[in-house]
Amino acid sequence: MDTTRLMQKSEFEWWLEATPPMRVPGILYASEALLREMDDKVLEQMANVASLPGIVQAVYAMPDAHWGYGFPIGGVAAFREDDGVVSAGGVGFDISCGVRTLHTGLTVEDLAPLKADLAQGLFRHVPAGVGSVGKIHLEPDELDAMLQGGAEWAVKRGYGRREDLERIEEHGRMEGARPEMVSEQAKRRQADEMGTLGSGNHYLEVQQVTEVYDPSVADAFGVAVGDVLVSIHSGSRGLGHQVATDYGRRMIEAAHRYGLELADLELACAPIQSEEGQAYLGAMRAAINCALANRQILTHLAREAFAYLLPRADLRLIYDVSHNTAKLETHLVNGQPQRLYVHRKGATRALGPGHPDLPDAFRAVGQPVLIGGTMGTASYILVGTPESEARSFSSSCHGAGRAMSRHQALKQWRGRELVKQLGERGVIVRSPSPRGVAEEAPGAYKDVTAVVDAAHAAGLSRKVARLEPLICIKG
Amino acid sequence: MTTQLGRWEHFDHQADVGVRGIGPTLDAAFEQVALALTAVVTDPARVRPIQAVEIECEASRVSLLLVNWLNRLVYEMATRHMLFGRFEVHVSPPDLGGTLSLYARAWGEPVDPERHQPAVEVKGATYSELEVAKNPAGHWVVQCVVDV
Repeated sequence: MDTTRLMQKSEFEWWLEATPPMRVPGILYASEALLREMDDKVLEQMANVASLPGIVQAVYAMPDAHWGYGFPIGGVAAFREDDGVVSAGGVGFDISCGVRTLHTGLTVEDLAPLKADLAQGLFRHVPAGVGSVGKIHLEPDELDAMLQGGAEWAVKRGYGRREDLERIEEHGRMEGARPEMVSEQAKRRQADEMGTLGSGNHYLEVQQVTEVYDPSVADAFGVAVGDVLVSIHSGSRGLGHQVATDYGRRMIEAAHRYGLELADLELACAPIQSEEGQAYLGAMRAAINCALANRQILTHLAREAFAYLLPRADLRLIYDVSHNTAKLETHLVNGQPQRLYVHRKGATRALGPGHPDLPDAFRAVGQPVLIGGTMGTASYILVGTPESEARSFSSSCHGAGRAMSRHQALKQWRGRELVKQLGERGVIVRSPSPRGVAEEAPGAYKDVTAVVDAAHAAGLSRKVARLEPLICIKG
Repeated sequence: MTTQLGRWEHFDHQADVGVRGIGPTLDAAFEQVALALTAVVTDPARVRPIQAVEIECEASRVSLLLVNWLNRLVYEMATRHMLFGRFEVHVSPPDLGGTLSLYARAWGEPVDPERHQPAVEVKGATYSELEVAKNPAGHWVVQCVVDV
């Protein structure tokens, strides 16, 4: 990225000035090194988003931002409830794709003798990869109940525990879902996909805590060096993808009726207070519930695999965060509280201490912010800060972000060799697809540590612990 | 990646994959881009054409028709757990209301993880880098980015 187009406000804060038709400036949080790696298209996309009606304060790019569709991935933008827009492209294809992390109650020593067996057990028990089918097939009434109930529905059906729910955003159930706004095609796409991991960058990892940066917060989250955790990265599966496809098309067709000139078709949006806007919000919330239910079922499957081999294990949910959402929240704008639809596309909500939406366990310290890395590097747990409210509507980064295309990655790596090399370093990778592993090679991603350090230095969230992979189940 | 009636290729996109079909006719270019879509998942030559699926869709613009066509294929792949390796496409000219329609047949088989080694599932076709145009040689070039 050409940084001469930006105004540097501090070491980790850069401004793209608001020039017409931009209504607000763009603010990027990143080190100069990370900015140099970013594509110029990120700035173009930020300028387009900043020109949409009803946007307030600024459009933000997180340290892991990269060129997306319409909105940059790693982008945050908030729109007024009364005269703003909601954008299907601003949420993205994999609605509510996210990460949850569980504590296993085990240490690395407990796991060591059974590590290979556990890798095999998880691989066999958790459906992953293209064309994989879950064991749960939902009839239409039950599917609608899932879309209304989210993880709460899953727990009622025996997938998990009641206490899991308070450790999930929205307490496991997104209000305002309207299953009737989800097309029959989207529902059909989900028929066999409940409780499947998916493919691409989705994974289930068993990890060890290798470093703690903030002992008192780590204590509140219940993690210490040597502990074994499980992280699950997955989303709303076929249903969410189809909702994004259906409403992207519908918003493009409706745009001219609302006088919306789209600089890019992927910016497809509709006024929040319109038929299309309200229908999308109802369908998107249903897709959020689908993702929450899916991660809840995957958790249940992981618990079953652990129980069989390591009966001492007790998988307790630490927290569950979603990355691709638009949520109605109240934030201070020019000192006044305003109700806003905050779009986070490839960004994590990161609530600071004292926020009323946090469960009691985290009220004093802030929200766990879970950052997934790649199968060969590290993941991080951070915590929300008081400052991020003013800096980014309480948002932080979401992962490493790709540095290289899949095509380039395929030229550079062979899946089987990668699995062997990682195995020699103590990371057992199990995947149905060697090509999929090559496309997801750790070297194809940015340095997650640089991303997390920038988020920490910019005050978006603060580092708590570093996790390194022991077992990785890839789709 | 050449066949008798055109060729397909992928183009780079940082997070995802661009699919491009090139052919002497619009129909041929739409067939080629469908092969490029399959190639995101597996080698199209490994897919046996043993089962046919009929697909129809329409749109107000030819570029939107391309996205709809690819999204219909994504849907058929996902719900039938199939991959497709051969396509026959016919795009009808706009009707009086300006609507273009597409009728196609796609041949393929159920996904076999052992034999197809599928790399990744496609979530949907996007409007990014969306283009339908003729190149200087007079061939149709159709392309967009697909989200994986």
